[in-house]
Amino acid sequence: MRARTFKRHIREGFKNTWRNSWMTLASIGAVTTTLILVGAFLVLLLNINHIAENLEEDVEIKVLVDLTANEEETIAVGEAIERLDNIQSVTFSTKEEELERLMSGLGDEGDVFGLIDQENPLNDAYVVKLVDPTETVNVAEEIATFDHVEDVNFGEDFVQNLFDFNAYARNIGLVLIVALVFTAIFLISNTIKITIFARRKEIEIMQLVGATKWFIRWPFFVEGLLLGFLGSLVPIGFIVGGYYYLEQNIVAVNQFDFVTLIPFAPFVWQVSGIVVMIGVVIGVWGSVMSVRKFLKI
Amino acid sequence: MSKDVKKTRIFDVPLLKTNLDKGDWITMIKMKDVKKTYPNGVQALNGITIDIDLGEFVYLVGQSGAGKSTFIKIIFGDEKASAGDVKVAGHDLVNMKRKEIPMLRRDIGVVFQDFKLLPTMTVYENVAFALEVVEETPKNIRKRVMEVLDQVGLKNKARFIPDELSGGEQQRVAIARAIANYPKLLIADEPTGNLDPDTSWEIMKILEEINAAGTTIIMATHSKEIVNTIKRRVIAIDGGIIVRDQHRGDYGYES
Repeated sequence: MRARTFKRHIREGFKNTWRNSWMTLASIGAVTTTLILVGAFLVLLLNINHIAENLEEDVEIKVLVDLTANEEETIAVGEAIERLDNIQSVTFSTKEEELERLMSGLGDEGDVFGLIDQENPLNDAYVVKLVDPTETVNVAEEIATFDHVEDVNFGEDFVQNLFDFNAYARNIGLVLIVALVFTAIFLISNTIKITIFARRKEIEIMQLVGATKWFIRWPFFVEGLLLGFLGSLVPIGFIVGGYYYLEQNIVAVNQFDFVTLIPFAPFVWQVSGIVVMIGVVIGVWGSVMSVRKFLKI
Repeated sequence: MSKDVKKTRIFDVPLLKTNLDKGDWITMIKMKDVKKTYPNGVQALNGITIDIDLGEFVYLVGQSGAGKSTFIKIIFGDEKASAGDVKVAGHDLVNMKRKEIPMLRRDIGVVFQDFKLLPTMTVYENVAFALEVVEETPKNIRKRVMEVLDQVGLKNKARFIPDELSGGEQQRVAIARAIANYPKLLIADEPTGNLDPDTSWEIMKILEEINAAGTTIIMATHSKEIVNTIKRRVIAIDGGIIVRDQHRGDYGYES
């Protein structure tokens, strides 16, 4: 294709978008509506995922070493744990440190332990973090079988429920997003089809005067691209503005430090990028597919 | 309006611009035993054999449903013959691939009863369109568009949109578009069908001038007056076959 023809296609694409302004508005409206939904769900889903990941990261296994184990045996336990797959970090904590943590964790009431001057009843412990926290239950069960391990502690019920819930939430979110994208494709390509149907005469005439298939398609390609792009502007505005507002306000009322949103930048720009991409791809696709219906050559 | 038409001018259509020197299509249209059956079973053409030479002016007459439209559609590649041989302006339409159809169309100008102009474009753009398609340079497009608009007497209406023109003027724009690309063959499917008699004569005058410059013209028509006044070859189709092929013929039907 010559540069001149290429420029002509782009010019025609823009011109047609402007000329068929009502159809353009209808298409942009369809794109806008669906992309707002897609964008909102994307933000929601990614944040649920983010929160879930945060929670999962907090999951750790506490390995209590037998009270009777001597120093060597205690170190051997630590080394055995480190040899396992999927281990991110193993931190040793003496029983004195454990007591201190327990006391500070209980606040004022904890001081009571200090007053009763008796032998420390706690065990030495290893705190184990995993690369993939969803493997927690399996790893913990394996560690429990080691020698000189009295007990492993990872909040069994809570962890299992958390992972179940997260997997559930992720799957639901994914299904919703996919369903929404399909709805968007359907709605947008249908609207574009109607707008192009109104212009089948134009396509017919182009074919009459000897235009090739791609010569006819290109301006529609440009037009679809433009529609997709213009249709994603308002959704992006919503996402950026909405997320900014949400972040400001959630931070203010947030009492649970595990509920943190994904930081504004670059997250919002990434989501915006995805939204534009979806808009443009669907716009072009809908446009080119619809033209095909009227192309006899 | 009619005074805009330059009656005496013989168009300087550079007819030999393209591949005439290959010598294989002094016969503009060559059909041999052409049949056309539509997917719904209708047999539109039942064996048409005809030669139309370069530079001829041919009327195509026959009642509605006789096969005129199918005949014309086959010539410009809108329909494909079910059987037989079709050669038009050097193209073999039977063995032609679909993507070669645009090339055929560039050698043929087509004019319809309903003009088929784009209502959103100006007269100028409607004509320029046909030249953009063949990737002509902007300079040549400007020159040629004004040239053909001058030929049909609408140079001063270049900036109008079709709805602002009379029917006759719209048809002249369609003709300008059809000849912009120096076609060797002009197909006119009832070009005067929507026009009043006076306007029809203007259109005929333009078509005659185009023909005089060397372009072959095939014109389907229901106008007894035109056929019987401007005497040319008449091909009559009925029931999908040629029932009459007459040099300087009559319309031959009661209309």
